[in-house]
Amino acid sequence: MGKTAAKSSLALRNWEKLCRNKLAMVGFAIISVMILCAILAPVLSSNKPDEIDLSNRLMPPSGEHLLGTDKLGRDVFARILYGARVSILIGLSGALGGALIGTVIGCFSGYLGGWFDKITLRISEIFMTFPQLILVLILVVYIGQGLFNLILIFAVTGWTGTYRLVRGRFLSLREENYVDACRAFGIGELSIMFRHILPNTLSPVIVTVTLATAGYILAESGLSFLGLGVPSGIPTWGNIINAAKAVDVIRNNPWLWLPPGLAISLFVMGVNFLGDGLRDVLDPNQ
Amino acid sequence: MSADRDVILQVEKLQTQFQVGRRIVKAVNGVSFRVERGRTLGVVGESGCGKSVTAHSILQLLPKLGSITDGKITYHSDNGPIVLNKLRKNGGAIRAIRGKEIGMIFQDPMASLNPVYTIGNQICENILQHENVSKKEAAARAVEMLTLLGIPRAEARLKDYPHQFSGGMKQRVMIAMAMVCNPKLLIADEPTTALDVTIQAQILELMKEVQVKYGTSIILITHNMGIVAEMADEIAVMYMGRIVEFGTVRQVLGSPRHPYTKALLNSVPVLGIGKGERLQTIRGSTPDPSDMPEGCEFAPRCDMATERCKSVPDETDLGGGHCVRCWNCMGGT
Repeated sequence: MGKTAAKSSLALRNWEKLCRNKLAMVGFAIISVMILCAILAPVLSSNKPDEIDLSNRLMPPSGEHLLGTDKLGRDVFARILYGARVSILIGLSGALGGALIGTVIGCFSGYLGGWFDKITLRISEIFMTFPQLILVLILVVYIGQGLFNLILIFAVTGWTGTYRLVRGRFLSLREENYVDACRAFGIGELSIMFRHILPNTLSPVIVTVTLATAGYILAESGLSFLGLGVPSGIPTWGNIINAAKAVDVIRNNPWLWLPPGLAISLFVMGVNFLGDGLRDVLDPNQ
Repeated sequence: MSADRDVILQVEKLQTQFQVGRRIVKAVNGVSFRVERGRTLGVVGESGCGKSVTAHSILQLLPKLGSITDGKITYHSDNGPIVLNKLRKNGGAIRAIRGKEIGMIFQDPMASLNPVYTIGNQICENILQHENVSKKEAAARAVEMLTLLGIPRAEARLKDYPHQFSGGMKQRVMIAMAMVCNPKLLIADEPTTALDVTIQAQILELMKEVQVKYGTSIILITHNMGIVAEMADEIAVMYMGRIVEFGTVRQVLGSPRHPYTKALLNSVPVLGIGKGERLQTIRGSTPDPSDMPEGCEFAPRCDMATERCKSVPDETDLGGGHCVRCWNCMGGT
């Protein structure tokens, strides 16, 4: 009784519950394998993703180039592996960045109330009335393309969801008895907000970040396909598909767009499975 | 009798009110009392009479809509008297006193602990907040206090979460948290109301032991006359924001003078009365606090009300520290 009782933290129990969800585990496996491949890119492929070889353009899959070459003779397989790093990074960083901004503002908004709350609420509503894609497009044109710029734009346009979530939770949790008890022990307001109430609000935020990652990967692919995302010097899944804009490419060179498309679909599916599983586990209505 | 004892907390003419839109609710209406070092003051009254608000006012724990509008709360610390209601709410000065000099135990232990942290973490946080000791020392003190309060295998239990404790255990943990910095004054706001009777008795015993061992003064707020009879040295009976009777336990419970006190004592059910007998009640109900009657608040429900009761009675000293606020009690026995 001693050992199991001592280790019975909320996190551990939730993890065990998650493991019982088969679909979530499948999703977790898919993502893990793909992330591993991305990390081990140099091991899995001896070719460089930006090695231009104009004599070997548009070659179908062969022994040397597992998935063929693209318009500039670059190895598609290597580009997909290295591209995975960038795509996943963009997706995750955009989601985390947005969540960070939304959480911090939501904390202060929900806990303090008053004029700060009123102002930030109105600002968040303004952001939410624009479709996020339009906002992103406008900012890309205005700020310019680039890896870091894209992450920044995603973070700055996507904070409102987390903000409303965290603000709502704070509005109810600040009335909890243990908050009163904390004050009675002389604990300061900032400490109460971030050390005591915040951990109780993180469950839905984790779910949001997970699912937002998938969304941002898809958004990046879309933007890069349109030529507005990351410039093709840095490979991403999106800008590999960019090559497939012409109809003859789609018909004649399936190795150019099928693998990255499958990669995106597979990863996003895996993330969604995991995210759904997380939502089932972390849902406060249990 | 009261003059030569050391006073640790003095409350003078405290007025606390809540502003709800246009309505003003006077929760505490001119309350004065003092707590002596090492003694227990029991504050009794019905729900809604202002006992909890008084307690929260002492440490400036009132919610946003509440404020102290008048009066003076003086805490006699080792470094001299500090006027508590003049300190900035949630400022550094009062936070140094909360938990360290004056501790508070709340009514519902189930909800007073943060579910995502171990209880060891929460107790140590209180120690580390106020004292400059290492984490190891803090943990050792937590174990010591928990063991004193009767929690077995305290060291292992430090790593447990609140949901792994029963109600009585949780309240012991709360008492440990409040006592761990050895406060001079402990305010217990209905500490046993949420617990069953056997656990109630244990917790009260514990509080008595703590008082004997550390010389802590206690303010015990409750609506249970039995608890007060057992624990308190002095009693203040409150009704609608005013203290209607004050004195030692012997004086107030042995020879109650105010009609409300008498009615309260009569209404306590006694084991063994026949099934046919009716319970004594106080007729009427408590008035709306934002619309209180003029004069003595208890007059509408009092069998001895007269024309004089249309104005608020002064405090009459019946001798020996026994005070009562009633026109019918003036002029001796």
